Amino acid sequence: MSEPLLEIRDLNMHFPMKQGILQKTKNYIKAVNGVSFTLNKGETLGIVGESGCGKSTLARTIVGLLKPTSGDILFEGKSILQYNRKELHQLRRDIQMVYQDPYTSLNPRMKAGDIIAAPLKAYNQTNNLKNRVLELLELVGLKTEDYNKLPHQFSGGQRQRIGIARALALNPKLIVLDEPVSALDVSVQAQVINLLEDLQEELGLTYLFIAHDLSVIRHISDKVGVMYLGKMMEMSDSESLYKNPRHPYTNALLSAVPMPYPTKGKKRERIVLKGELPSPSNPPNGCVFHTRCPFATDFCKGNVPALDVVEENSSGQYVACFYPRENKQMEFPR
Amino acid sequence: MLRRKRNLIPFLFLILLLLATITAEWWLPVSPSFMDSNQRLMAPSSKYWFGTDHFGRDLFGQTIIAARVSLLVGFTVALLSTILGTITGLIAGYYKKLDAIIMRIIDGMLAFPSLLLALALVAALGGSITNIIIALTFSFWPVMTRVVRSSVLQVKNIQYVEAAKTSGVKDPVILTKYILPNVLSPIIVQGTFIFARSILAEAALSFLGVGVEPSIPTWGNMLQESQIYITMAPWFSIFPGIFIVATVLSLNILGDGLRDAFDPYSQGKKKRKKQPFKQKKQYAS
Amino acid sequence: MLEIKNLKAYIDTSDGVVKAVDGVSFSIKPGETIGIVGESGSGKSVLAHSIMQLNPKPPTFYPEGEILFNGKNLLQLKEKELRKIRGNEIAMIYQDPMSSLNPVFKIGDQLMEAILTHHSMPKSKARQRAIELLTDVGISDAEKRFNSYPHQFSGGMRQRVLIAIALACNPKILIADEPTTALDVTIQAQILELMKSIQEKYGTAIIIISHDLGVVAQMAEKVLVMYSGRIVEKGNVEDIFYHTSMPYTWSLLRSLPRIDSESRTRLLNIEGQPPNLIHPPSGCNFHPRCPFATDQCKTVDPQLSKRSADHSAACILSEEEFNEAKKRIEKGEQERRMEHV
Repeated sequence: MSEPLLEIRDLNMHFPMKQGILQKTKNYIKAVNGVSFTLNKGETLGIVGESGCGKSTLARTIVGLLKPTSGDILFEGKSILQYNRKELHQLRRDIQMVYQDPYTSLNPRMKAGDIIAAPLKAYNQTNNLKNRVLELLELVGLKTEDYNKLPHQFSGGQRQRIGIARALALNPKLIVLDEPVSALDVSVQAQVINLLEDLQEELGLTYLFIAHDLSVIRHISDKVGVMYLGKMMEMSDSESLYKNPRHPYTNALLSAVPMPYPTKGKKRERIVLKGELPSPSNPPNGCVFHTRCPFATDFCKGNVPALDVVEENSSGQYVACFYPRENKQMEFPR
Repeated sequence: MLRRKRNLIPFLFLILLLLATITAEWWLPVSPSFMDSNQRLMAPSSKYWFGTDHFGRDLFGQTIIAARVSLLVGFTVALLSTILGTITGLIAGYYKKLDAIIMRIIDGMLAFPSLLLALALVAALGGSITNIIIALTFSFWPVMTRVVRSSVLQVKNIQYVEAAKTSGVKDPVILTKYILPNVLSPIIVQGTFIFARSILAEAALSFLGVGVEPSIPTWGNMLQESQIYITMAPWFSIFPGIFIVATVLSLNILGDGLRDAFDPYSQGKKKRKKQPFKQKKQYAS
Repeated sequence: MLEIKNLKAYIDTSDGVVKAVDGVSFSIKPGETIGIVGESGSGKSVLAHSIMQLNPKPPTFYPEGEILFNGKNLLQLKEKELRKIRGNEIAMIYQDPMSSLNPVFKIGDQLMEAILTHHSMPKSKARQRAIELLTDVGISDAEKRFNSYPHQFSGGMRQRVLIAIALACNPKILIADEPTTALDVTIQAQILELMKSIQEKYGTAIIIISHDLGVVAQMAEKVLVMYSGRIVEKGNVEDIFYHTSMPYTWSLLRSLPRIDSESRTRLLNIEGQPPNLIHPPSGCNFHPRCPFATDQCKTVDPQLSKRSADHSAACILSEEEFNEAKKRIEKGEQERRMEHV
């Protein structure tokens, strides 16, 4: 595959903050602040970060719900920001989204079958509609009888399946998933994750997977990007990032995740972040992370680190830091 | 909803009233327009259940016939203002740019005192049911618009609307299939309240003499005519009054019942358990 | 200190009676940390609220059981006496710090209120104590922050304030119901550490309730695994996480994605969804979803049976049967993984 399926170049999404009676724009919330990456066909890119990092905004911009302030989005090599309404409408078929909340992402007054059929009807693909919907229901592990049921008759996990079926209806090339399992029970999360993996293999899908849960991202992603305050802090293949995190923020995140086994008496190396998360309307100068970084120097306060290659392996390990951590294996004491 | 006694009784009352008034000519023992000059202003008796009016007409029959106007006016005004209000409310709520224009017009209409408008219309065009309906629709249409608009504003931000947009669904379909069905409950509830208020409004207007022409029996007209005789024949005013109260009360209770039936949407369905982690943080932005 | 005996908490709904807590027994010694693990519908929240008798009395009712706190049965106490215990001897912190604080009062005042409700002392002394508490929970500049309003604080700091409020009267037991679910992972780590240090300092017993196995593993000494209103496994934390013989616990652990896992591992799939509490399945509540289920499981309702000194599990399979079945399932999973690759 020569060109990547999706390429993001220096994307910015700034929301104006209006104040006062005259609603003057006083400031901007820099939700996404200069993000670039590529995503190849068949890959899963996981974007992880805490609240306020901009990952959801990034997802919505890629899917077309928001218009970026600046930067470029290239899909199959073509800049989609130049598209007119008609072209954008056609583009929608290739980029679909799965949402976080199974309780609000389905129209409570529509039957499951109609929800899945909606995208097909929107593009006039109504030949054999019912069969196609039944096919999709089966694909996501639901039953034929479920066609006529209303959302409230389904559990959370089942509703997510309906959402996934809806996203698959138009045979998209790229699916953006915004926290698809966060609102589900633990025992059900595995079902949906397994389903997504199976579908990817069967249908050759490409995933952009957004989550705050580091373990889920580890499991499902080929490549991982860590975001903080609208910027990408580190991006590399999943294995390298988790085994060998180079950015202090990634280290801090990983060291904070509680392991699902007792670690009494065995202290894990924990990187404690000081201070509070700065407001996205007023990000710090220089490296946005410097206010909380235990390794920050004066240099970090005045200069913005670029996302640079730090290790030349398969897809490259990129870190935006002037002092990336050493190449040392991450320890998980047992 | 109809399982609860509280809602069943008003509902039955209204149905009975409706049937009674439609079929009145067939079952009334005495023709309501028959004037028996010997029996003027008689107290209720076995023949004249509600007594007679100043022309000797059977008040029971009159009251039942008068229901026609009230129900007709109430229903028509409710229906028209619902349709018009829903259309304007949907557009105002969904299209931000049109919102400002539409709402300023609506606010203007709201500011109009309905009574004065009715007076003006009657003065200009004469009192008739049609004019009353026009005047009252003008008054209630903005009320419905506001209700619909605020519901639309809420619903349009819910994720399934966004999901529909991402799926490529076009605006008209979104409005009719995604937004409208989910704002139906406040519409229906408000509709019943408008029904009730129109009946009251019509009665008030007729009572003041700016309503329907006196030849057509309406509860309001009856109240108007009965004023002078109130000490001699109190039954003349009491019965129409009771019927107004009963009808309006029934409509209001039904409206409440409808709202309760729609609101706890999942109540009555399988309560598996409290929603799992609904409070779980929405990792937005 | 606290002993729960066969507690049942049922809720009346229009569809029937929800058996939210269906016969739960356990005890806490002073200074102990107990973790209660369960998914939605397991009854853990209702259980926590039952200890403080915070469930609305209709529709909740308690057909059976006792909650013995220092000998007194909390189910039989009147509201007045319960109020003396709540906040004073048993305190609770909740999941959502955003809505647990009154937005129109300063946080310092809310903290003082917690102190003054149970101990009468001059206001100045209460204020001092409040500032002490704020410092204890790691809020810097406590004297200045005393006058802030909740909306001026971040989620993590609000949770700290709530912990301070809970600790105001030095309670014997602190119940934490999903205290970190709504917080970011780095803040979560801070809060959990805070709770541990508080326990060391004050000797408070902690009941930590979470669906996150990692949180429970990190905090608890004893663990109760709940499913469908019952305790299905009870033991110390090593037993539960390393030597479980309960299919549900085992399946849950195997279905978790981990940050230390190898690439391309496959999660164990637990079929179905959490059970209907009005009409629970016959026999064992977990049997429709259990990969170890046998025919017997459909009819026999398992009670907690001892596996070792402190460890008991509610499953009819003996340890040997469980281990054998486990091997079979793991082999099956391996084969499936081979197919995938």
